[in-house]
Amino acid sequence: MNTTKFTAAATAFALLGGAAFAETEITWWHAMGGNLGETVNQIAEGFNASQAEYKITPVFKGSYEETLTSGIAAFRAGEQPNIMQVFDAGSATVIGAKGATVPVQDLLSENGVDFDIEDYIAGVRYFYADSDGKMIGMPFNSSSPVMYYNADALEKAGVEAPRTYEEFEAIAPKLKDAGYIPLVQTHLPWEMVENFHSRHNLPFATNNNGYDGAEGTEILINSDEMKMHFTKVKEWLDEGYFGFFGTGWSDNQAQFEAGNAAMYIGSSGDFGGLTAKDLPFEWASTYLPYWESITPEGYQTFIGGASLFAMAGKSAEENKATAEFFRYLTSAEVQYMWHKETGYVPVTTAAYELAKADGHYDRFPAAETGPKQLMLQAGDNTKGYRMGFYVQIRDVENRELSRVLSGETFFLDALATIEKEGNALLARFAKTQG
Amino acid sequence: MKRAGFDSRWLPILLLVPQLTIIAVFFYWPAVYALKSSFFLQDPFGFGQTFVGLENYTSLFDSSEYLKVANFTVLFTVLVTFFSLALALLLAVKADNVLRGAKTYRTLLMWVYAVAPPVAGFMGLLLFNQRWGPLMELFGHFGWEFEMGADYSDTAFAMIMISIWKQVPVNFIFFLSGLQAIPKAVREAALIDNRSASGRFWDVTFPLLAPTGFFLLIINITYALFDTFGVIDTVVRGEPSNNPMTLVYKVYVDGFRGNDLGGSSAQSVILMVLVLALTVFQFRMVERRIHYT
Repeated sequence: MNTTKFTAAATAFALLGGAAFAETEITWWHAMGGNLGETVNQIAEGFNASQAEYKITPVFKGSYEETLTSGIAAFRAGEQPNIMQVFDAGSATVIGAKGATVPVQDLLSENGVDFDIEDYIAGVRYFYADSDGKMIGMPFNSSSPVMYYNADALEKAGVEAPRTYEEFEAIAPKLKDAGYIPLVQTHLPWEMVENFHSRHNLPFATNNNGYDGAEGTEILINSDEMKMHFTKVKEWLDEGYFGFFGTGWSDNQAQFEAGNAAMYIGSSGDFGGLTAKDLPFEWASTYLPYWESITPEGYQTFIGGASLFAMAGKSAEENKATAEFFRYLTSAEVQYMWHKETGYVPVTTAAYELAKADGHYDRFPAAETGPKQLMLQAGDNTKGYRMGFYVQIRDVENRELSRVLSGETFFLDALATIEKEGNALLARFAKTQG
Repeated sequence: MKRAGFDSRWLPILLLVPQLTIIAVFFYWPAVYALKSSFFLQDPFGFGQTFVGLENYTSLFDSSEYLKVANFTVLFTVLVTFFSLALALLLAVKADNVLRGAKTYRTLLMWVYAVAPPVAGFMGLLLFNQRWGPLMELFGHFGWEFEMGADYSDTAFAMIMISIWKQVPVNFIFFLSGLQAIPKAVREAALIDNRSASGRFWDVTFPLLAPTGFFLLIINITYALFDTFGVIDTVVRGEPSNNPMTLVYKVYVDGFRGNDLGGSSAQSVILMVLVLALTVFQFRMVERRIHYT
């Protein structure tokens, strides 16, 4: 920097105060309300304090859906933010719109930020990547389905937490006799359909699980494995080994918290909320069960939650600022802070190691279940899935599977309906790409 | 008799321009846009689109699910309209007879009017809660295992109850003022002719209330079709799953949550046609049968 420029800058600095010092300002639209939003603000403040060239402003835009919809409307009006948070089921819409975003991997390498996809935890790596494995969205708040159990209840029934669904079947009658609903779940599509495929390394859609393009992608839900699984779930429900309290997440989790249900499948991030509630019984978490009859060893699951997309149409300076923010966000310290504060998994191996070294998992053993499950053996079908209009497909899954469990439909019809309506939606989505 | 008028032809037009602009910008323009979108399938970001003709419409009518939602909407509208009118009329007739503390009664009955639909929905969520809702417990005493959110008809029941509760006060206010507008002389004359209170009500009061009743009928149908959105959204918490929803809510679910602009535009166009039909019906009825005095 030459002297004249420096003087000019110093004068400007003196006149306008710190905030106006040649700062590049960027905005970040997110869907994190309440305490999560506080932590988001903390990250932004940390970034702003860590350097003087860039300033990020996080803006809370409501639910995931509201954030995506306002982001789309803003993009069409040329007023898009630099960074937009998009949830798992909506990512195909954003990634499908080529030209709406700058792939994160390109953004980072163009702006001199080191990037190696291998630094990321295995189950996190490819969920928001393209078919060549290039990362498009930056994984942000990530979690995976795991199983929580009431240790007192299990002890009372004289059983151990099950590793597989076969083991679950063996202990369910004892739990029932001890006066508990043996198992409930909280999100059928996520826990018993999407991650079911990953856990057993089964294809969930044609075209490489949809990653190879929207054209001709079909959902593979009407499979023998799914039929077997839901036949069993329905049997358990009828026997009183499984409880179903509707689509509402909290209605199901509440049964566990009230001590009625002995085990529940929930999010790896739930442990924070459970800890805060100070439940009157001992509890712990373990991996999502799998069927030994399908695979001798369970595979890793993939992440749910949301990622951050760098929106296209921004100046080089602003993109540089976005890249620098991502560098800050993915640093081990910030990831560990996020992990500790919110219960979401750290996205990099370095952050996981840091949490471990700091003794976080000795204090909260349940916090480690998520990251460890995401690092189990990988397979061809453990990357994730990419299906357009997946929000509606999820609605269909929720609707039909809930109908099975509330006794309105027969499960084989339900799976066939999901396949039929799902494929119709996928074909419609392919046309939107026109 | 002298007629008031404008001297210039331009002044009235000038005065109408603001209103017409608002209608054009906020109604006609979006309506035309929705009509156009309904013939396309498009990427929400605006990068790609395919002209699909009437496919967005045909796929709706081929879908048993859409028809199921439409049927529920009809049932929902009929029940909500009927019960909120009937209850309000009953309360208004009773309140009209009260002499002591009349104002207190009336104010108490109107209170609920101030509650916003999402708040009403939220109160419903608490009352019908699956684990500790007082109404759920009450039903439990009669052997009805009430499961809002898990059971289709239980959720439908809760939605209808909440929507009726929310609408009764509006109807009550209108019915009460309608009753008070009936001349005392007419009532006294009726009292001489007929000693039966219910007979007097059906022969004299009810026909005289008809204009109010008809107006409220239209208002209530519109309410049940469109304004119950907040109640439904709160009850299903954004994810209808196997729970019932109305046509308007489905537009939101497919368009705003699912980003299917073409499909939800087609649904909006269908609703526009429905409203148009309702309006035509209203005007024809007003002209032919109902006489406002």
